[in-house]
Amino acid sequence: MAIKRDKKEEEDGGNMFQNLDKTSVLQDARTFNDTPVNPRKCTPILTKILFLLNQGEQLGTTEATEAFFAMTKLFQSKNPVLRRMVYLGIKELSNLAEDVIIVTSSLTKDMTGKEDLYRAAAIRALCSITDATMLQTIERYMKQAIVDKNPSVASAALVSSLHMSKTAGDVVKRWVNEAQEALNSDNVMVQYHALGLLYHIRKTDRLAVNKLVARLTSDRSNRLKSPFAFCMLIRIACKQLEKDGGDYSDSPLFGFVEACLRHKNETVTYEAAAAMVNLRNTTARQVSPAVSVLQLFCNSSKPALRFAAVRTLNKVAMTHPPVVTSCNLDLENLITDPNRSIATLAITTLLKTGAESAVDRLMKQIASFVSEISDEFKIVVVQAIRALCLKFPRKHNTLMTFLSAMLRDEGGLEYKASIADTIITIIEDNPDAKEIGLAHLCEFIEDCEHVSLAVRILHLLGKEGPKTIQPSRYIRFIYNRVILEIAVIRAAAVSALAQFGSLCPDLLPNILVLLARCQMDTDDEVRDRATYYHYILSLQEKGLIFNYIVDPMQICLVTLEKSLAQQVQEKSSTKFDLKSVPPAAVVTMTEDTAKEPVPEGSISTVPAKAPLIQSTVSSYAEKLQNVPGLQSIPGVLFHVSEPVELTESETEYFVTCTKLAFPNHLVLQFECKNTLSDQLLENVRVQVEASEGYRVVKEISIPRLPYNETHNAYVILQFPDQLALTVTNFGATLRFIVKDCDPTTGIPDADDGYDDDYMLEDVEISISDQIEKISMDKEAFDRAWETAIEDGFTESEDTFNLPGMGSLEQAVTKVVKFLSLEPTGLTRIADRSSVMLCMPGMFRGGIEVLIRAKLAVSNNGVSMQFTVKSAHPEVAELICAAVG
Amino acid sequence: MEGLLLEPSLYTVKGIAILDNDGHRVLAKYYDSAVFPTSKEQRAFEKNLFNKTHRANAEIIMLDGLTCVYKSNVDLFFYVMGSSHENELILMSVLQCLYDSISQILRKNVEKRTVFENLEIVMLAMDEICDGGILLEADPSAVVQRVAVRTDDIPLGEQTVAQVLQSAKEQIKWSLLK
Repeated sequence: MAIKRDKKEEEDGGNMFQNLDKTSVLQDARTFNDTPVNPRKCTPILTKILFLLNQGEQLGTTEATEAFFAMTKLFQSKNPVLRRMVYLGIKELSNLAEDVIIVTSSLTKDMTGKEDLYRAAAIRALCSITDATMLQTIERYMKQAIVDKNPSVASAALVSSLHMSKTAGDVVKRWVNEAQEALNSDNVMVQYHALGLLYHIRKTDRLAVNKLVARLTSDRSNRLKSPFAFCMLIRIACKQLEKDGGDYSDSPLFGFVEACLRHKNETVTYEAAAAMVNLRNTTARQVSPAVSVLQLFCNSSKPALRFAAVRTLNKVAMTHPPVVTSCNLDLENLITDPNRSIATLAITTLLKTGAESAVDRLMKQIASFVSEISDEFKIVVVQAIRALCLKFPRKHNTLMTFLSAMLRDEGGLEYKASIADTIITIIEDNPDAKEIGLAHLCEFIEDCEHVSLAVRILHLLGKEGPKTIQPSRYIRFIYNRVILEIAVIRAAAVSALAQFGSLCPDLLPNILVLLARCQMDTDDEVRDRATYYHYILSLQEKGLIFNYIVDPMQICLVTLEKSLAQQVQEKSSTKFDLKSVPPAAVVTMTEDTAKEPVPEGSISTVPAKAPLIQSTVSSYAEKLQNVPGLQSIPGVLFHVSEPVELTESETEYFVTCTKLAFPNHLVLQFECKNTLSDQLLENVRVQVEASEGYRVVKEISIPRLPYNETHNAYVILQFPDQLALTVTNFGATLRFIVKDCDPTTGIPDADDGYDDDYMLEDVEISISDQIEKISMDKEAFDRAWETAIEDGFTESEDTFNLPGMGSLEQAVTKVVKFLSLEPTGLTRIADRSSVMLCMPGMFRGGIEVLIRAKLAVSNNGVSMQFTVKSAHPEVAELICAAVG
Repeated sequence: MEGLLLEPSLYTVKGIAILDNDGHRVLAKYYDSAVFPTSKEQRAFEKNLFNKTHRANAEIIMLDGLTCVYKSNVDLFFYVMGSSHENELILMSVLQCLYDSISQILRKNVEKRTVFENLEIVMLAMDEICDGGILLEADPSAVVQRVAVRTDDIPLGEQTVAQVLQSAKEQIKWSLLK
């Protein structure tokens, strides 16, 4: 019977908080107005209001204000719980309701009253409703509270001060003496909070912080008892060490952190160890004591401690892998840890430190548990394997087999994609692994439920397959897709087939038969593609095949769409010139950008941000469209250069210049920032002294530039007709009207200002500002290079000596940087002493440019043979001349 | 390797949450407006967190860039969240303090029903442990003392009949268990 009733109760949840309705609860709040106050009725109602807020219910301003005012009536009651709930309510409603300062006097009374229980909470509630101006009126009480004997009062005051310092930093700064005194308190929490506040007040003053740390760390009597305060102190010490730079070994601060490794509290020891690992310039020897501490923690019974230890060891593995090897045995034990985060971190750490010989054994161990872990962790493991493959290319066989086994297992798209990515990376990085990798991928698409992945792999097969020794073996796999799959995959398979057809002449007849069959497909896109490829391939014309199948033009689609729209709108009779559209931006995925800053071992449910597809050029073009006066420039934006600073940083006015090239015009965008709080600048413009040939078309000034704001001024120039004159320097001056103003309000003192100017550094217009890089692989470049003269290109060649170049690498980077182009395929010719650099580009106005530079080490520096081929003779000459 | 060094700050806790065994929020507070600014994002995070933690009792997990330590009891899950670079052991002490204080307040009877019956005290305890992201007190007995009201402090007359019955039942149960 009793059990039954219990059950029934449980079903109700015994829970008056279920199915609460906001309106009815707020209605109930009227009970607060009854006199005398009935705590037994009011407490649950107030709890309900707070519960609703906590559940994320939104209160309107009027609702909140009404509830707030009703709540103030409850100050009449002496019931401690109710009173405390009122404080809580004030805090929760303080940013929703209006006129909350009405309770200031009640709270001040409680804060200075006799009841200790009320005082601390009242302080915290009071600070939540006080703003900077009101704070001065209670300043005296706050100072008293900070040094109060009651620890809860002192802590409350210190913590509230820290919160307040965000809005009223100047007032809180005056309480530094009180905070200093509180630091001597016997209570651990008060110490901790006092240290936090003191540091916050003084953190900009390096000397004061140094003094604070020195006093606390050298103190033999060990006044500091709180482990939290110790952690805080370690962090401050490390911050100072980092700022001071130099060698840590003789620094007393580093000595202090090291001594903390022997502290009796685990929290402190761990903090010290982690801090030493995270310090930037520690040597392996300095880190090793921290590693031994972490090694001990690996065997702790507490999962959190094991997790902390292995995570920190993982970081050490990145900076000082040899130091971690001593922990390998402990880490191997952690592979079977019930907490999967710990296990995964242990594996990735091991993979980072492991020697080549240990790889096989480790992979076996991973294989034994990989089926038990969730997809997120599998991805982490796959990423670790990828790093391993790059580190030990010779082990690709073992690793690749392992990956393909993982590929066959069940798993979500993200997991499969990460494996496929890894295999693709390995194929690209290691030519030996190509055949095996492609075979694995072929097998995978036989049975792949993820459309996007299948399409990607088919594309890869089309690109890489024809270059293998026996391309014919892939055709079967690809044609199977045409028979068995849905339209999207069929279309991709058709494109892949066409690649084979164009690159392997002996397979061409077979491919033509297959493509002819595909022309009967039920889907439009597949049919279209098949017809298109079949026609081009059957013509058997090398150039055509190359330009339209193997290396089709990469065009910035966004801009193409815009130019076409413009063409249609203008109804101009001229033919649309595809070359006037800038090529698609080269997407360079460097290791840094590809890597998400997600800490290892972490699971993220937020999908990684899609890479920014819109190129800088099109985003700039869009921005310029919104600037009045700039729309009138004919043609589309072609090239955007990197911003250049025209002033020293830390000067009164900070100006950077970005050069935007149009077919016939150059726009200089000057980003100006005013760093003087007592000045308002008006009519800010940049005057450039255009060199011969250039013509200033228009200047666009900034009407108002208040303190700490950044705005853009523009100068539009027309390029000279004579190309040789385009490479030059402009003198530049910033001109403006200064109005002195009140630093706090920004309102000018007088209506009229005075003219002033500020010399800027010269604006340099180089050849690289007029060339946009285009993507082209090495083969395409070679082909274009060979046929260039037939296509009516002119060649210009010169030999240079680059003095003062230490190494070939240095010279290569210098040349690439000078032209700001993307080199395609770096070929080294014989024994590292010479190198060939191929750079395709597009000159403004859609003139193709091919640049080849041969660099070789000579007696005095590096010598370079520089050849330019371009459709426009003047361009070729110009580039050649500019390099010299 | 940049930015790994922790900024010396008292703001250690990004959030505290108590969920029931269906993953619904009993109480939750987030202290950093940069982390989950809206209620919707908070709910989504809690749902995820619960899904990842309710089966394996593993004490610690990293989720969405936060280090989350947790503990479960009967039908409740207690979570404390901090930045991914935060000292995990500090977060653990916050969690331990949260759990122990609530356990003392509810006289070792930590379950959803009792939490709801004493919701106001649990709210006060949470407020005493963490104020705006700063760890205010890590000692459970100090927290309980500051919350000040233990059920036996309330005079009999102010307790409801159900509460009296409940406490009588508890006492019998404990004496039997001993």
